[in-house]
Amino acid sequence: MLLVVCAFAALALATPLLTRWWGTRVFSVVAILPAAAFVYTLTQSATVIAGGEYTESVPWIPQLGIALSFRVDALSWLLALIVTGVGALVLLYCASYFSPSEPALGRFASILLLFAGIMYGLVTSDDVVVMFIFWEATSVLSYLLIGHYTSRKESRGAAIQALLVTTFGGLAMLVGVAILVVQAGSTSLAVIVATPLHGPIISTAIILVIVGAGSKSALVPFHFWLPAAMEAPTPVSAYLHAAAMVKAGIYLIARLAPGFADTPGWRETLITVGLITMLVGGWRSLRQNDLKLVLAYGTISQLGFLALIAGYGSRDSALAAASLLVAHTLYKAALFLTVGIIEHRTGTRDLRRLSGLRRSQPVLAVIALVSVASMAGVPPFFGFVAKEAAFTALFDSGGSGDAWGWIALVGIVVGSVITFAYSARFLWGAFAVKRETAATPVTHPDNGVILIAPGILALFTVAAGLASPWLDHALSAYADTLGTGDYHLALWHGIEPALVLTALVVMVGAVVVWQRIRVTRFQATVPPWINASGAYWQIIRYIDSFSHAITVRVQRFGLPGYIAAVLGVFIAAVGAATIMNRTWPNEVTLWDYPAQVFIAVAMIIAALCAARATQRIAAVLLVGVTGYGMVTLFAVQGAPDLALTQALVETITLVVFVLVLRRLPSDMITRHRPRHQVFKALVATTAGGVLGIAGFIALGARQHESVSERMPELALEAHGHNVVNVMLVDIRAWDTMGEIAVLVVVATGIASLIFVNKRTGGAPQLPQARPTRQLRNRRAIVLEPDTRSATVLNGDSSTLLPDPDAPTRGAFLIAGRTLSARNRSILVEVLTRLLFHPAIVLSLYLLFVGHNMPGGGFAGGLVAGLALVTRYLAGGRYELGEALGIDAGRILGTGILLATGTALLGLFLGGEVLQSTWFQQDLGWVGEISIGTTTLFDIGVYLVVVGLILDVLRSLGAEIDRHLDEGVQANDTLTDSPAEANR
Amino acid sequence: MSASLTLLVLASVLFAVGLYVMMERNLTRILLGFLLVGNGVNIFIFLMSGRPGSAPITPDSGDAAGLADPVPQVFILTAIVINFGITAFLLALIYRSWWLAQLGEDGDTVLSDQDEDDEDSAQVFEQAHDDDEAIQEALDASDDDDDTPATSTPPHPTDAASVPEAGDRP
Repeated sequence: MLLVVCAFAALALATPLLTRWWGTRVFSVVAILPAAAFVYTLTQSATVIAGGEYTESVPWIPQLGIALSFRVDALSWLLALIVTGVGALVLLYCASYFSPSEPALGRFASILLLFAGIMYGLVTSDDVVVMFIFWEATSVLSYLLIGHYTSRKESRGAAIQALLVTTFGGLAMLVGVAILVVQAGSTSLAVIVATPLHGPIISTAIILVIVGAGSKSALVPFHFWLPAAMEAPTPVSAYLHAAAMVKAGIYLIARLAPGFADTPGWRETLITVGLITMLVGGWRSLRQNDLKLVLAYGTISQLGFLALIAGYGSRDSALAAASLLVAHTLYKAALFLTVGIIEHRTGTRDLRRLSGLRRSQPVLAVIALVSVASMAGVPPFFGFVAKEAAFTALFDSGGSGDAWGWIALVGIVVGSVITFAYSARFLWGAFAVKRETAATPVTHPDNGVILIAPGILALFTVAAGLASPWLDHALSAYADTLGTGDYHLALWHGIEPALVLTALVVMVGAVVVWQRIRVTRFQATVPPWINASGAYWQIIRYIDSFSHAITVRVQRFGLPGYIAAVLGVFIAAVGAATIMNRTWPNEVTLWDYPAQVFIAVAMIIAALCAARATQRIAAVLLVGVTGYGMVTLFAVQGAPDLALTQALVETITLVVFVLVLRRLPSDMITRHRPRHQVFKALVATTAGGVLGIAGFIALGARQHESVSERMPELALEAHGHNVVNVMLVDIRAWDTMGEIAVLVVVATGIASLIFVNKRTGGAPQLPQARPTRQLRNRRAIVLEPDTRSATVLNGDSSTLLPDPDAPTRGAFLIAGRTLSARNRSILVEVLTRLLFHPAIVLSLYLLFVGHNMPGGGFAGGLVAGLALVTRYLAGGRYELGEALGIDAGRILGTGILLATGTALLGLFLGGEVLQSTWFQQDLGWVGEISIGTTTLFDIGVYLVVVGLILDVLRSLGAEIDRHLDEGVQANDTLTDSPAEANR
Repeated sequence: MSASLTLLVLASVLFAVGLYVMMERNLTRILLGFLLVGNGVNIFIFLMSGRPGSAPITPDSGDAAGLADPVPQVFILTAIVINFGITAFLLALIYRSWWLAQLGEDGDTVLSDQDEDDEDSAQVFEQAHDDDEAIQEALDASDDDDDTPATSTPPHPTDAASVPEAGDRP
């Protein structure tokens, strides 16, 4: 059964793709799956009818006792047949209903198919939590299906209305279900029903569950969403809003009835609500001109009937409920599909415009006649059999002294009269020849395949009526769980009260039809007592304006306000904790060593000045001072790795800042309002103070031995002496994995922000660069002064033109002469030339010694990045391209691949993810080398860092250079960068 | 364990100044505040090490006495590099917003968007109300009332609405 649900999910995923190939034929193909599920369920018949059940269970959240458990008993079997059978027919119908040009067909097919699978899961799951998940899923899918025509206001309004109403009910039900689960001590529906539960809390839970069932099954006062949902395509109405989804509530009532029918509140609520729903739905149905809405209100009416009879709680009423469920599904789905065909063929479903279809559509008329007769309760169709059963069950119950039996009986007799009337009105409206209206032309004939689905349903209506004694056997299997009774389904029971009632219903109904003009006038004089949708609009409007008011009030302060709000919470929460603190550290250290004070004071002064600075660069430099202060602290206090990394990062950060800030105006504009300044200072100071005090307390409060104690030992185990590095690449390698993933994302994000259109590719390279890479040529070109080769880049093309102003000076760098003379510095060029290669060697050294000495992938990568920064600063963007012309994305990709590959390698070597292995070799005078998977991991880190810096330089450096050079404005296109043209 | 009061004060001051600078509409200032807060928090983490020791590099003897606590160092190392990434990203954002908004000499100061927000949210509600009203009208249109007898054929909104539904009309 879990497998069936999974099969639906998998096929639904593939359906959009299949639709691209097969168009509307995809519906016929995917219909095979629900059909197969139908057959599968049929194979379970023998066991289930004999009172057995199929169960399966896969543990899911054992801590909460929640399992993916499924159970097919008589009731689930019945609903599974309905859901899969009608599902298959409706999908088949869709193949003819939709045209291949229908927009979003793939999405529609996929959702409809998935819906069928979810419904199957809902009716077969035994775990009530799992059932609830399916329940909510149907609400969401129904939202998507009702809103299929996304461009139409009506669709959107109806979809959101259905979603809000059903999820509201769902939430109420969740509370009820939670109470039941706790009280019964199990999430299994079977156990919950079997456990005797009593008390007011159970009544509350039951009422909440009924609210959920009522919202789903469109019972008053939640009924209004169902007519609105008729905005959905007709197959959806036939399936969701007649056969499947709206039956979920009835299913839940029927499922719980054996255990809770005697709970105070259950029967009273269901009989009252059911009767009101039945009468309100029928009453409104009589007034509709839209055939689909006639059926929609009729469905509401019948759902009320079903809720009443399913909740009544006797064995015979349960039999009637099961029969009525089947009968209603068969005739209502067939009728919806009929309306769909009428609309498809004539272009209207307004009964005032339809005339003469009886003659032009004889087959359709017969299908409709059979279904309508079943709906009206006319023999020999199955609807009649079911209604007889209901009459008898209530009559017997009333006869045995139950007043509710009489109330219910009178109610459903009146309801049945109205049902007869609107059934006749539907038939007349759709098919009659009307003198005042010209015969409706068939504007869009089809080949008749579309008739198959409603035809089969009508056939079942006839067959079920005739075979009712056999069906009695199958349907009694569920009914018998409610006790004993001797009623059996049959077409003919002899002259009985029920038959008399049916005759009465038909006669009064006929009178109502005969006097329909008067009935209509009478209806118009009756004020609408129940205006549930009006109340709904009011509530929604109130919530809307409330949330609007809240939004306007809360979100009016901009970014500073939000930060202040966050800090306010921080101050209140942490501040309260510090105030309540009673244990203070018993010793205070003023400083670890005197120099600390000097460093700290310098950093504080720099920070304060940075806060006051208005010039961008000054502020950046001052913040940089605090960074270098950190370097000093780290260096002095035994953290060489941190000092190294922070120093490198500070330097690169400064460069990046300058690269960006050169485009921005030099002064930062801040709008100062004195009152705000004071407020901000107050908030910030308090937050800082709270943090300091909290830190003071926390640092003095250590009670347990530090985890660090064992780290050096563990590091040796991992073949490393540098504990920090070993932790990064081995002990806490998962953190590092996450970190480099962030770096890759950041690099990609930077490139995307700056390049906008196309961010792949390397930094621009010189057109004639390839031969210059050969050592011989490079020496000649680089060192030989040549006026004519001194060039600037010509505006929009990739050609290098002689720069008449260029000095006759050679370049120490390959691309040195692409810069204009004003931007060149011989000193920097020489230094770069001298330092670049040693820097790269140093970076590799740091990378490989990192395991035992300060260094590692981060530090190494940063040094290499710094070397690239130097090349770029000295020689411009072409120099960067010459230094490392590879696409930064490739470096990043290789790095992350290496790291992930190393992580997974542990699995293949029989360990866990990120488990390390080593290869050791004594290399004589070089020393002992120990290469492990950790080294590979560190190389991955190194590459990611290099890639990040290259991406930063390429974007914030080279690309912004290009914007500057070419005076690119924001509205210009950014596509043709020289980098691409060069290639 | 007790911590150096100097460093504690330093961390608090960096934190407070950073927050003060952050509460601004100017994006560069926000970024600078972020850096200051980052440094402050890093010092805090560093304080967890307790008294300073020698670099956490185990000698061959395996004697771990007197080594500084490596765990905070690992956290800080990660934080430093991530901070750099975020800084670069924010700079790209600053450049991009300056570029798109064509703020020119206004630099990167974002203006208050409060009025715009109000209008936007009001619009969203209006749209939702439109949808609600449309479906209500479609339903009311089908409701028979006394003024229009069932036999008349007035132009009918649901017809017009239903046209795209039948799908394959040319």
